Amino acid sequence: MASTATGHTLPAPFQRYELDDAHDEMIASSGSVRPQYEHLYRALQDLPQDELHRRQQVADLSFLHQGITFTVYGRDEGTERIFPNDLLPRILTNEEWARIERGLTQRITALNLFLKDLYHEGRILNDGIVPREIVYSCKHFRRQMRGLHVRKDAYVTVVGSDLIRMPSGEFVVLEDNLRVPSGVSYMLASREVMKRIFPDLFRKCGVQPIEHYAQALLATLRALAPQGSTEPTIALLTPGVYNSAYFEHAFLARQMGIELVEGRDLVVHDNFVYMRTTAGLRRVDVIYRRIDDDFIDPLAFRSDSSLGVPGLFNAYRAGNVSMANALGTGVADDKAIYAYVPAIIRYYLGEDPVLNNVETYLMSDPLHRQHVLSALEKYVVKAVGESGGYGMLIGPQSTAGEREEFRRRVEADPRNYIAQPTIRLSRAPCIIDGQVQPRHVDLRPYILFGEKITIVPGGLTRVALKKGSLVVNSSQGGGSKDTWVLY
Amino acid sequence: MLSRVADSLYWMSRYLERAEHTARVINVHLDLMLEHGTDSDDRIWARMLRALGIESGDEPSQRPLSYVLAHSVIHDPASPSSIVACVMAARENARQVREQISSEMWEQLNRLFHEVKRARPEEVWKSREFLAAIKEGSHLFQGITDSTMTHAAGWQFIQVGRSLERAVMVSMLVAVHFDEFRQSPEASAADYLEWIGLLRSCTAFESYCKAYTADLQPVRVAEFLVLHPNFPHSIRFSTDALERALKEIGAEVPERRSSRVERIAGRMRATLGFGQIDEIMSGGLHSYLETVRRQCGQVHGALYQTYITYPIEAALGA
Repeated sequence: MASTATGHTLPAPFQRYELDDAHDEMIASSGSVRPQYEHLYRALQDLPQDELHRRQQVADLSFLHQGITFTVYGRDEGTERIFPNDLLPRILTNEEWARIERGLTQRITALNLFLKDLYHEGRILNDGIVPREIVYSCKHFRRQMRGLHVRKDAYVTVVGSDLIRMPSGEFVVLEDNLRVPSGVSYMLASREVMKRIFPDLFRKCGVQPIEHYAQALLATLRALAPQGSTEPTIALLTPGVYNSAYFEHAFLARQMGIELVEGRDLVVHDNFVYMRTTAGLRRVDVIYRRIDDDFIDPLAFRSDSSLGVPGLFNAYRAGNVSMANALGTGVADDKAIYAYVPAIIRYYLGEDPVLNNVETYLMSDPLHRQHVLSALEKYVVKAVGESGGYGMLIGPQSTAGEREEFRRRVEADPRNYIAQPTIRLSRAPCIIDGQVQPRHVDLRPYILFGEKITIVPGGLTRVALKKGSLVVNSSQGGGSKDTWVLY
Repeated sequence: MLSRVADSLYWMSRYLERAEHTARVINVHLDLMLEHGTDSDDRIWARMLRALGIESGDEPSQRPLSYVLAHSVIHDPASPSSIVACVMAARENARQVREQISSEMWEQLNRLFHEVKRARPEEVWKSREFLAAIKEGSHLFQGITDSTMTHAAGWQFIQVGRSLERAVMVSMLVAVHFDEFRQSPEASAADYLEWIGLLRSCTAFESYCKAYTADLQPVRVAEFLVLHPNFPHSIRFSTDALERALKEIGAEVPERRSSRVERIAGRMRATLGFGQIDEIMSGGLHSYLETVRRQCGQVHGALYQTYITYPIEAALGA
């Protein structure tokens, strides 16, 4: 028997829509449908069952034909997979969005100031706001970036922050992805498909557009061009066709009309970067790089990298080429630094954070460590430098053996771990087996930082398609849905 | 365009042309075996492998030889000249530059790839449909390429790859055939089938008949396959197409850089354009065709030096 918190039974196709203590995006705790979901709620009741099924098939086919895929590592055959997409949009009101936008603008501004400070005077370290040892022990801190002038002080140009919604309905930041965030192509592609699948609903709801993302990204990159280049050549640097996000690299390059290059296409001569074309060498001014710091230049960083470009870092240091994101930004999304972001915002901007953090315990702090290790089954433990859902323990869903294993790892290398309470992410309606059922979701908006800050309204809503699962990463069985921000 | 992209398009095209040519040649030789009876199988296979430029390390006494050979030239992905390996290589090259070719091209090549992968190595006589599918798939791909891709530099590199591969493959085929059958001035009844086979290996039988009737004379066959100006599988046609495509590509770059590759291609085109079949025959067809292949190799080398792996110092000086 399906019911809301107050005991009403919902009509088809919602009979199996069960509520619990997580925040529900569609149904308020009073049991009524939230106003922004009214149209969707009614449209779903009016649709014949097989029509829902048919539309899902049309959508799936469209993703298949466009080749919207990602690569799963560690499997030999069939490594290219279709990214699962749920048909029902996740809907946000204009007010909810306005707060998110304000919060992210504030956060990114502060983080850029923080990075500039870290790699120059280090005031924030001298003032004791952020402990020196945490910064210097971070594996993403690049001492090579010390004193290097970054064009327009735009360290982090493209950000994909992960937001989650607490049971109270409040949005908080779970993670800042400041290195090479991905997923924006899924946001754009799934919007295209949605407009074809639900044209009536889309019009009735009044959805803010996101289609200008590629243009905004291009303008942001163009603004970074070294002084004197009026018609800058911009290239997207990809690790190549075997990278999990290759589809996205190719997609964005095509959307922006810029060249998609691999490391072997670029050469550095006299501190200038060129790409090798059939008409000879052509100077490159701005590189939107989708390769990690470690691999970008074998002369400056990992010497075993064959993906990068020898000499690129020197050209960068000489100011002859700009890169987005700048190198060394990973220090600011280290999960231990994350705990200090509210303090960082207060320090540079003198404001309280609009968006809060998730409560975070540093395992390098003996008191915190003792507290967490005594009740590991309640916490999520994460390695500070990892992403993509790798290297973490979800306490409530773990076995005693796994907890023991993590306890050992934390005690062996406390600086490398943080812990957070297990949070029941909010849930949104999804189509599961022809029925509408709630599943846990997060939200990744994309922020562009150049001459100005641009955040296209919405982002990628990632959904844990397995019942009860809290892990939304695509590499761990997650899917995505379109995100509608209403006018 | 990026040199790497040009390189991939060039090889995509070469590999697909080789797959198609190999499929046609095998198909024709299977027909010949039907006519000749089983004891000449090994001889025919050995000649076919030479014509495809495949070194065969197998002892001729190994049995069943034809099965082993058929498997290795058709289905064995580990043998680099097999049809399967060629289609896979073509598709892999296309995958690397997927954004540079039309989606229709990609989908067609991808479909062909999946078809090839599905086919299970079985008895060689059951390969006929498979071989037909390769030919059709390749033709379809060429048609789609011509009608969906901008005929700019990338398309020209595709033409270069196809023409070069075709010129090399046809010249090997003709050379091997004449080595074996040049003695007979008039085709005997048994040899008649062999000459039809040669023409059909180049889809040339019908066109030849229209030009010279079904009276198959070795010199005319040679003239048709080597020097015909308008037949798309003749060597001259391929070298003309090759030179044209290289000129188009060269038009977009500073002249000094492209002159060498164009000069080599132009010389080869002239050799064939002004060639006389009786002179060629008296001077030795085999060595003539060898020269053609050597010049093809030079074009390939010059193409690489000019557009793909050029030293950066040279490019900066320009």
